[in-house]
Formats: sequence, C-alpha cells, structure tokens
Amino acid sequence: MRKYSVFAVAREAMRGHKGWEAQWTSPEPRKEYDVIIVGGGGHGLGAAYYLAKEHGITNIAVIEKGWLGGGNTGRNTTIIRSNYLYDESMDIYEHSLKLWEGLSQDLNYNVMYSPRGVMMLSHNVHDKQSFQRHVHANRLYGIDNEWLTPQQAKEFVPVLDISASARYPINGAALQRRGGTARHDAVAWGYARAASDRGVHVIQNCEVKGIRRGPDGAVTGVETSKGFIGAKKVAVSASGHNSVILSMADVKLPLHSVPLQALVSEPMKPIFPCVVMSNSVHAYISQSDKGELVIGAGTDQYNSYSQTGGLQIITHTLDAICELFPMFRRVKMMRQWGGITDNTPDRSAIQGVTPVKNLFVNCGWGTGGFKATPGSAHLFAYLIAKGEPHRLAAGLTLDRFRTGRLIDEAAAAAVAH
Amino acid sequence: MSGANRIAGQGRLTPAKTARFTFDGKTIDALVGDTVASALLANGVHLVGRSFKYHRPRGILSAGPEEPNALIDVSRDAARRQPNVRAPVQEVFDGMKVESQNRFPSLAFDIGGINNLLSPFFAAGFYYKTFMWPKAAWEKVYEPFIRKAAGLGVSPTEEDPDHYANRYAHCDVLVAGAGVAGLSAALAAAEAGARVILVDEQPEVGGALHFDTSVKIDGQSGYDWAQATAAKLKAMENVTVLTRTTAFGYYNHNFVGLVERVTDHLPKPDKKLPRERLWQVRAKRVILATGSIERHMVFANNDRPGIMLASAARTYLNHFGVAVGRKVGVYTANDSAYEAAFDLKRAGVTIAAIVDNRDKPGDAVLTEARRLGIEVLTGHSVIDTKGKLRVSSMSVARNGGGSARSIAIDALLMSAGWTPSVHLFSQSRGKVAYDAATGRFLPGTYAQDCLSVGSCNGTDGLQATIEESLAAGELMARATGNEGGNKLELSGENAFEWTGGMAGAAEGAGIDTTVKAFVDFQNDVCAKDIRLAVREGMHSIEHIKRFTTNGMATDQGKLSNIHGLAIASEVLNREIPKIGLTTFRAPYTPVTFGALISHSRGDLFDPARKTPMHAWEEAHGAVFEDVGNWKRAWYYPRSGETMHDAVNRECRTVRNAAGLFDASTLGKIEVVGPDAAEFLNLMYTNAWDTLKPGRCRYGIMLREDGFVYDDGVVGRLAEDRFHVTTTTGGAPRVMNHMEDYLQTEFPHLKVWLTSTTEQWAVIAVQGPKAREILEPLVEGIDISNEAFPHMSVREGKICGVPTRLFRMSFTGEAGYEVNVPADYGQAIWEAIWARAEPLGACAYGTETMHVLRAEKGYIIVGQDTDGTVTPYDASLGWAVSKKKTDFVGIRGLKRPDLVKEGRKQLVGLLTKDPNVVLEEGAQIVADPNEPKPMKMLGHVTSSYWSENCGRSIAMALVAGGQARLGQTLYVPMPDRTIAVEVSEMVFVDKEGGRLNG
Amino acid sequence: MLLIYCPYCEEERSELEFRHGGDAHIARPTNMADISDEEFQEFFFLRDNPKGLIFERWRHIHGCGRFFNAARDTVSDKFYMSYKAGEPKPDIPGVTTATEKTVETYEATEGTAK
Repeated sequence: MRKYSVFAVAREAMRGHKGWEAQWTSPEPRKEYDVIIVGGGGHGLGAAYYLAKEHGITNIAVIEKGWLGGGNTGRNTTIIRSNYLYDESMDIYEHSLKLWEGLSQDLNYNVMYSPRGVMMLSHNVHDKQSFQRHVHANRLYGIDNEWLTPQQAKEFVPVLDISASARYPINGAALQRRGGTARHDAVAWGYARAASDRGVHVIQNCEVKGIRRGPDGAVTGVETSKGFIGAKKVAVSASGHNSVILSMADVKLPLHSVPLQALVSEPMKPIFPCVVMSNSVHAYISQSDKGELVIGAGTDQYNSYSQTGGLQIITHTLDAICELFPMFRRVKMMRQWGGITDNTPDRSAIQGVTPVKNLFVNCGWGTGGFKATPGSAHLFAYLIAKGEPHRLAAGLTLDRFRTGRLIDEAAAAAVAH
Repeated sequence: MSGANRIAGQGRLTPAKTARFTFDGKTIDALVGDTVASALLANGVHLVGRSFKYHRPRGILSAGPEEPNALIDVSRDAARRQPNVRAPVQEVFDGMKVESQNRFPSLAFDIGGINNLLSPFFAAGFYYKTFMWPKAAWEKVYEPFIRKAAGLGVSPTEEDPDHYANRYAHCDVLVAGAGVAGLSAALAAAEAGARVILVDEQPEVGGALHFDTSVKIDGQSGYDWAQATAAKLKAMENVTVLTRTTAFGYYNHNFVGLVERVTDHLPKPDKKLPRERLWQVRAKRVILATGSIERHMVFANNDRPGIMLASAARTYLNHFGVAVGRKVGVYTANDSAYEAAFDLKRAGVTIAAIVDNRDKPGDAVLTEARRLGIEVLTGHSVIDTKGKLRVSSMSVARNGGGSARSIAIDALLMSAGWTPSVHLFSQSRGKVAYDAATGRFLPGTYAQDCLSVGSCNGTDGLQATIEESLAAGELMARATGNEGGNKLELSGENAFEWTGGMAGAAEGAGIDTTVKAFVDFQNDVCAKDIRLAVREGMHSIEHIKRFTTNGMATDQGKLSNIHGLAIASEVLNREIPKIGLTTFRAPYTPVTFGALISHSRGDLFDPARKTPMHAWEEAHGAVFEDVGNWKRAWYYPRSGETMHDAVNRECRTVRNAAGLFDASTLGKIEVVGPDAAEFLNLMYTNAWDTLKPGRCRYGIMLREDGFVYDDGVVGRLAEDRFHVTTTTGGAPRVMNHMEDYLQTEFPHLKVWLTSTTEQWAVIAVQGPKAREILEPLVEGIDISNEAFPHMSVREGKICGVPTRLFRMSFTGEAGYEVNVPADYGQAIWEAIWARAEPLGACAYGTETMHVLRAEKGYIIVGQDTDGTVTPYDASLGWAVSKKKTDFVGIRGLKRPDLVKEGRKQLVGLLTKDPNVVLEEGAQIVADPNEPKPMKMLGHVTSSYWSENCGRSIAMALVAGGQARLGQTLYVPMPDRTIAVEVSEMVFVDKEGGRLNG
Repeated sequence: MLLIYCPYCEEERSELEFRHGGDAHIARPTNMADISDEEFQEFFFLRDNPKGLIFERWRHIHGCGRFFNAARDTVSDKFYMSYKAGEPKPDIPGVTTATEKTVETYEATEGTAK
C-alpha cells in the first residue's frame, strides 16, 4: 500500500494524480475463507482490519450487498461521544473514542475526527438530574464530561438562545469536549483500504441469500448472489438487516428495524462550532466541513426497510431546531434521507455468539452505531478470533434478554414525574 | 432603459413597469417580472458568484432552479436576509438588496481565487490523504481553514420576523408541472370532473413555452395558450392552480409536499400574508409533468461567466427581452441549441458560430442555420475558452485533431441534450429504467398511484405530449370516480423536432488530467476528478459521488449526475445502467425551514399545559418549572426570599400548620365495570378485590419485564368503580398501557377506561391543621379521623361543588386531596385558601413536595427509579401480592438477574457532615482512593436540605444497599470526597403517627 | 406519512392519528407465572422483524381509540389490509415473505423501459 502523506499528494499534484492506485482491490471470491464478515460498513470492515492486524487472521472476506459504507455508515449524522451512563456502555464507547483519537494515523487515512465537543442541553430539573448523573459517572470512569451553566454553554455556542422566555429554557448543559464528528465515508474507505492491504477480500455487490450449516449445526459458509462461499466462521454485522440475515440460520433476535431520518441544509459559512443535542425537544445539530447544518431527526414509529420516512418526522425535528435557534428559520433544507436502524428493547447493542456454532453477530446499535465503529469493530474482531467476548464487550451478549440484565440507556433518561 | 442589453420588441415584460435594486451596492434598473438573473444580464453583468472550492468566477448558467453558479444573498432588511438564493429564480422587487457570496474582498478580486492556482493539490479526495500530522492539527489548523473557505453564503444571524403557513389538502388528481403536458393533463382531468390541484414552480404557467416561441397550440402561441388555459382552470370550482409553488417531496401513500412562495417577489408584502406556505397534499392520483432539464457540455474551462445553457439564453431573450451577448457562440450536441441561435440572430445578435459536436445534426436545423447565414462547424468541439471575468473567446477544433481556431465571443451557449426530471417519480420509489436508445433514465416501474407524462416520461414531440397528457388526465379522473366531460382534442405544432444529445466529457474535456472541464460547477468537480475516483477504486456511482462531491451541491446534481455517470461508465468500460444512478431524495429544490415548521413555533411549538389554579399561583408569585408539558408551581418566594429560604419556610409551615398544593397534574383514570377489580389485579402488583369501597391503596404498576412502570393511589368508590391516579409524566402512557391490555389481552373483562386528568382539579391540603381548614367547607362527609381514616375516599360536596375527597398523604402529615371539577378548581382553591391562610398555612410548590416526601422516604417513579428498578429494589416488596397467580410483570420479576444478590436497592444516605447537601446524580463508591475507572455502587437519586430534620437527607440506589445499612460510603466530587452513611429511607416520623393526626 | 385504514371507523386516516403497537398475534401466555426464562424471552423480546410481510398492531389513538391489526409490506410500506383485534391472522394471497427489494442504487435501475 502506498502511504498517504502531504508529500505524496504534492508529488502526485505535479503529475496529474496519475499515480494513485485503487484504495482497495475487488477480487473474485475464493472457495473458502477462515472468516466471512457479512456487511461492508464501518463495523464489518473494521473487524476485518483488526482481525488481520491483531489476530493474524487474513483469509477473510467482507461481503457487501451494495457498496461499501452504503448502509448506516454512510447515512448517519457522524456524531461521536462516549458520555454514556452504564459501565457496559462506557466500556465500549470510551474504548471506541480512544481508537477514534488515533484512527487517521493508524489507518493512514484522514477520517477527519474532529473533537469539537458534544453539548447536551438541559431544559428542566429532570434533565439536570439525569445529565449530572452522567457527568458524575463519566468522571469516576475517567471520561470527560462537564456540567456547564447556561452562560458557559452560550460562551461555547454563541448562537444558543439562553433567555428564560424560551418555551424550553436552558438551565445548563453537559459538554464532552472530546466528543465531535468524523467523516463517515472515510471510515469505511479507510478500513477497506487498510484491510485490503493486509489481504482481506472486499467483495461488493454480493448479497447473502442463505447460511449453510454442517451436520453438527455449525456454519460452513454462505450462499450468495455470487454462489456458495465456504467459511469456518461467519460474523454478521449488517445494520438494519441483521434480523433478515440471522433468520437464514433460524436465529431470532430482539430487534426491530425502523427508518431513521436526517437532513442537511444548504452550505453556509461556519456558524455552528460543535454538536448540540437536546433530549427534551428531540433535536441534534452540527455543521459539516462543507458548511451544511447536519440535523438528525427521529425514527418513524413502524418497522420498515424502506430508507424513507414521513415528512412529519422532519418537520417535527425542524420545529425543535428552530425553537432552539430561531435564526435558522430562513435556512433551507437541501436534502433529507433515511437509514434503517435495528433497535433492541434496551437500546444497547448486541455483540456476541449466537445459538449457532461459529456464527457471530454484531447488531442493535440503533441510532448510535457510528460513534461505536472502531471500538465495536475492534472488540468484534476479538470475539470472532477467540470465540468469546472481550472484557469490554462482555455485557453486550444476547443472553441478557433471557436473564434480564439489560443495559437500559433509554430508561436511564426516564420520563419526568 | 432597464439595461443596455434589453432588446426593444422582445420579451413579455412591460418596459414602463420598472423596479430598482442593488447588486453589491451598485444600483440595477430592472423591469417588474425580471428575475435577478435577467436584470443583471440586461445590464451586462455576467460575473455573479464564486465557486465553492476553487473560488473561480462564475456567471449565470441557467434560467431555472437547476442554477449551480449564480447564488446570491437577498435581503429586504437586516433580519430578512436569505443566503444561497438562485438568481434565475428570485424575482426582483423595488428596494431589494442583492449581494454576491463566497468572495473576499470583492467579487472581481477574490483572495480565495488562489485556490484555483493551487488546484493541482486539491484533487478530489485529497483531504483523505493528508492533514494527518500532527494529530491535533486537523481540528485546530486544517479543518478551520477548510471550513472557512467552503460554505458559500452566510447564515442569517437574527431571528426571522416573517411568518409561515401550513395547509393540508386533498384532491383526486395532483398535477406537478404546468407546461404543455401538465396543463393538458389538468384540463382533461378537470373537465372530467376531478378535483385537481395544478402546481408549477414558476411565477406563470407555461414551462418550456417560456422560451419556445415556435410552438403553436390550437392556433395560439404556446405561451398565450398556456395562460388562457390556466385562466380557464382557475375559473373552475374543482381546480386549484398554484404558481410559485414547488412540489418538493413525494412521500408514502401519495402524500406530496408543496411549498408556495407567497411574498418573496413583492416590494411591500401585506404583513398578514405568510412568506411561504407549506401544502401537505394527499392525492388519490398524481400526474408528474415535471419536464426535463438541459445539460451543459463538459469541456475545458466551460465555467466562465457568459457561458450558459442554450435554453436559458432563449428564455432571457424571448421572455425577458434580454440578449445575453452581442457576439454569441453556440456549442452543442443537440438540435435544440440551434433554435437559440435562430432566435438571437433574428433579434439582431451576431452568432459567431454554431459548433456541433456531431457530424450530422438534424437536417431541418442545419438548413435553417444556413438560411439565416450562421456558420455551422459540424464534427467540431470547443476545446477551450478564454476570458477572466467573462468569456472572450472560444477555441474550436475539428474532432480527432487538427489546429485550433480562436473565435471571439462574449457569450457561449451550450446544450448536451435534455435530462428528464424523474426526481419526484424516483422519490415515490418508482424504479427508473435506462433507455439506451436515447441515453435517458425514464420512469420504469411505478410504486404509487401516479403517471408521468411529457418529456419527464421521455415523450418527444409536441402532439405526442399533448395526447399522452390528455389521456392521462382523463384516465386519472376516471380512476378516482369521475365520469363527465367531453373528450378533449388539442392540436400543437412546432418548428423543429429535436434530436441528438450526449452525456459525459466532450472532446474538449481532454484526457489530460490538468484540464478543468466542469461536471459539477458549484462543487468544482471536473471530468478528471471523476476519472481519479474511478482510478482509486470508486466504482459505484455512490462512491464516485461521495469521493468527488459530484451532485452534492445545492442543485443536487440536476446538471451533473448524468455527465458524471457517463464519464465513469467510459472509464470503467461498463454500461451506464451497470453503474447505477444515485438515489433521488427530497426536496426537489431546497425548502425553507420556516415553511416546514410553519405555525409550530413559540407557544405553538409545544403548548404549555396549565392547571385550573395557574392564574392564582401566578398572582401569588409562584415560580414555575417545566414538567413534561406542564407548568407547575415550583415554590412561592416572598419578597427577599431565595429559593432555599422559600422552600425551608414552606416545609416548616406544612409540618407545623398546613399547606396547600396543586396536584392537578397527576394523571387520573376512571376504571369502571363489573370486572374493574379483576382488571386492576392484573395491571397492578397489589390485590384490589380486597379493597373495600371508600378505601384507597397505593399501587405499583410494572411492565411485563418486571420493572416499575408507574405508581399512584387508587380509590375504590363503589364495587365497580375505581379512581386511579398516575404520575404526572406517566398519565398518557399508563392509559395506553391499560387500554392495550384491556382491548387485546383481556377483552373478556367488562371494564371501561376514561382519562379524567383534565376533568379534576386536585387540591392537596396537608398538615396538622388540614382537617380544621376543610371541615367547615365540606358537606355530606364526616371527615373525622374515625369516620374518614387515612387512605379513605368519599364523595360529597365542598362549598356546594361535588367533590371526591381523598384522605391521603404524600407528605407524611395528615392530609386530604380535594378533587373538584376542573372549572371550579380555582374557586375552591380560593375558598380553602381563605380558611387556610389565617390558620398559618401556606401554599407550597413541587420543590417542597419533593422535600417532604423524601423526609418520609416516599419514592418518585422516574427520579428514584429509572426503568431498571423492581419493586423489591425500591423496598416496595410489600406491595407485590404473593397470592395472585397473574399480573403484568409477574414473570419478568422472576428472571435470574432480577432476583440476584447485590442488585441496586433504594436506601437513605446521611452525609457525615449534616450541612453538606449531596448533588443529585452523584455517584457512590466504597473506596474513594481507587484509581479510575472506579467501581460505582450506585447514585444519589434525591437529595435535599431538610429544614425539619435540620440536616441534609438523601435517597440513593446502592448495590446491595439493604445489607449496607450503617456502612460508610463515599461520594467523590471534583473538589472533595463526601463521606456518607447508608441509612433507612424514613427521616421524619418513623412510626407514621402524624398521618393519623 | 402513511394512510391507514381503521377497521372500526371504516375509513382511511392520516398516520398522525395512529400509534404503532408492535407485532400482532403474539398472545400473552395464559400461564404467565409458570413459563420458563426462554419462553419469556421469546414472548417478550424476540421478534421476526420481517423484510416483507408483517402483521402489526396499530391504535387509532386520536380517533376511536381502538387497537387493530394490519398486514403491511415493510419494504414498500404498502398496507395489504387492516382488520379488527381478535380476528385470526389473514392469508394474504400470493404473499409469503419479502416481496420487493429496497430501492437502492443498484436496484434503482432495474425494471424495463417503456
């Protein structure tokens, strides 16, 4: 792999950029692999990369139905943070954040991780109690997350309206300075390039049609649109479609897939310095490097694989954004889109073994999968290589729905009395 | 004269009607009906903007919403400023201020233009390969630089003073687009009796008839026919015609979003008018008549000001009366551009040459060109242009080589053919199909009840379009149950049929990787960038798009998508359909946030719920807090009191005398029917069949998984009637939860549920003097201790008003909750207050309520529990019936993790220093010196200064809490560590004697 | 925004009037207290989450208030039918599982030109 650097760019500039090679190769599939990863998003490609880099397994194929990063990796609002409440969540998201911090250098690919801060607005006593619980838990864990007064919040985000006359006045905010954003496509491409360099096969336009199992019940490979491909281990990380894939091995998951919508405005000069979220009014917003306001909307209420949703979800989100930032009412929506998220009952992910031998699953990241990408991929690789979860992902197993040991991040932000 | 380039006798504007605006401070004379683009062109201004990445000078490319270059900042006043407006769409009005964007210090001299010189470094995706060292520099140095350089316009900084409106509408047939096709379809549908909505984004109907003056329909000029048809439609009762209205989004089940621009073209709009109006239309059928968009030619330096689409030049001439140049070149791969040359020539403009990329143009246009004496260079290409701020010459060479010839020009018109506008069709989730014969993506498989007609459907030819559209209109009318009307016939004729068209890089784009042949103008994506992307392994069109940003600008690829695809197809040597088309997403053109939110702002964003006593509370100085949608009285400060002072006083007063509290926000559900008790047995952990009428009981409700869902006091009024209360926040979900079980799991039970939250005002009267306060006011109820003990309920009257009187307490004092019909709430409150105040009582708010209940260890669901807490965890195991064989949550409660040792349990916490009040949410550890990550045992759920205890008190969820009573634990804070002792949760009146006081 | 037919009101109304209620035809065990942990997990958590035909519950919460069931395609979001709570799971003629692929880049170019 040719190293990327400012010097390489300068050299290529002199000769019309004719020397760049393909970032990843697109080989025909082999007959059999040690590991097949289903799903060519950030989690799947990353897992392949870490398997090759840290576990010495390179006979791997990543199989993608469409194009790399075309699922939720390329459809999300790119928010990164680790200020979660429960130990299990802090374990995985902080692990991930630490990997984000060095990811560009590790992959030799600028993923544009930008720790510009993630601010969560508090609007009432209940928000304050909940956020301070997060702040304290994060501090004792070793995660940066600080409580700001409304004035401090405004100093950080000058366009914030902290007047007491707002319908939902701001009574404080929690700020994680290391939180921020990254360039979503670059994450998929960077992992694909680095994995491909280590011998991983990246196979696009290849849809999985079935999972084949041997007489002992263990997986032996996958049926695909390019024919049968054998595998000693199959690991599924196909956000949105995990239920569909796992059902091919008769595994039922506690998931429901719903469309999650987002939108961007027309590009504008920098006005919004960080990520701002508000649970009470249901909105989150940041500004991309191109200048678009990137706004996350809610999920539609019904199961769907359609990657579209209702206009009312968008308008509802914009209601909230413009209530917080009234100067944006004249700004225009340029594009709206949807992705399909698979959600668990406790809104925490599932990563672990399945009832089928040598079949592993990484799913249920709901609306928060992007920020987990490096951490999830890293720990998923460990799981695939060792056959048992890493200490930091030990809480995410499927078994918790039987035992009741849920990691209820949603409930932790319970409704006000 | 409104501009030196206005040609007398050309166009449809009235010379006498003038308007005046400024562009970058310079006054521009215009005519009413002009767009900013037409007015600037009339005044010889071609340089209008700067591109996104290279800051190259840019002019006006189009005459429509596909405009990628001429984006301007338009303002009426300081607060009414709008960035990124398309100059060809914005109509002028007297006094408007227009500024160019993305330039510093001026449009003609822009420092950012240095990017153009450095452009060899800024190839597509270059930023993925560099800026990685040193680590922190991306965020601190490189990214701010990139962000500042990008971004086009400047965001408004003031609150928008304009208002917006919203309408829902229903119709039989919605027709999107009012050109020949849309008007014909609408007319046929309307004549057949259908309720029709016809929309068009332009100020007047007509579509392509704006420029195509060769068309005649029913003997009239096409444009006049269009206006007459629109007038006819407007006069029909079953038709709504909306101009300046864009159908921007096609959603599920024939739900179409329209945005109508109401005032942006008016010099002094009526303040009553909304600026824009959102229409949300549910149409039984949709007819898409969205036309097509002309593509540019991709060749070297095809972006200089003065280079534009041929049809745009025709629009400026034939509609606005403006000649875009005096010596005009044409570069085309398509017949349609010839007609632009013909029109301009006839208007007296010199046509330097028509350069046709093809060897064989259509015979008819070639003949006409010769007749008009225009030089036509077939089989030639424009291989370069010159001119710094406006094109000054083009270099022309024969295809396949040969020497170049420079031709002086001051404008260059181009056409690579027409791209059908399948945006809405694709948004409807119809599948487009590639028609290889004509190189177009056309509607293939439909997903919703709609039809495409005219050029967006690939229908060529005027008469064919008319006939197809009339048929579609009639078909859709019939499909929606309309019968009437005569079969319509219309005849159309036009001068030329158009052939030809190409996609991708023309000869002049060069395979040389230094040539800037623009595919996407705004984002500065050149043919070489697409090639680079492919070389780097980006083979899916989505990858190419994302890597190069082709099609991601504000025009969303209306001009660039097909070119990008064709170039990729050529490099990959794969057919176009094998590469795919990027997904079309709403909106068709950008939509103002304000229109999308319309009325939903300020008070209407989220209506505040207020209790019947709100006015009294406000008048008595209450400070309110938001609890869900409710505004609740938080505390009642007297003059000079801090919150702390006020709460301490209120807490003392309630325990020493009495207090009045507005509990109206509590959810209330009337559960009635012969099986009501059995139903409640299933919904709550407690047993209800044993509760005697006239008594109440505290109930715990679980989810099926065994975790606490809600709580509240339930009173039994009769054998078959219960008055259920819920938490404030839980009211709607508890009602839904109960309805769900009643309707779907236990439909055999005869029970009726009615939400009565809004029907009852609730006044809590608490404290040792509570009975003394109420006794004289209550009629028909003996409220003596003996007759009306703690946890009883009676019906009677208070001050002559019917009441449900509860003897209950959330303070630990003897207390009552007076339920009266909501309309009487304030009157009864005032009557009680009149007795209470002289007896030394106070009104108290939610903060005091919280302190008093914490002193007694009463939990608040949602504060002391968080959805992972079982009744046992909350020391409420006594409320879980051991005898019942079923209730919601019975099985969930028995799961392994829920019965495990060491679960977090609710306990009291007493700080070693009684003056220290813990912070709610603070975490608890056993070893304060442990390094991070520390093992957290739990957290403080409630914490207050208790005036009655003379010290702080707290409640906490602590792992294995019940076994830790008496232990010392620690709460590490940023500045210190607080030692605490685990205690029982009851801090006041442990025996509970005061309840019966 | 979906258009949903309420079998009680007997008319189509906008999605704004309805609340989705999860999967239909999952009966609460009558011997709830006695089922195993695995059975509880199956009943309460595990779902088919089908791509294609789904039977789901809706409540006409801002209308008649009734819960009812509907058969819908989760890819096209088209309703096949709605029916009253308690009625048996209907056969949807000709439909078994997935009926149509998600409209994405590659599939978007399928189909036949006219």
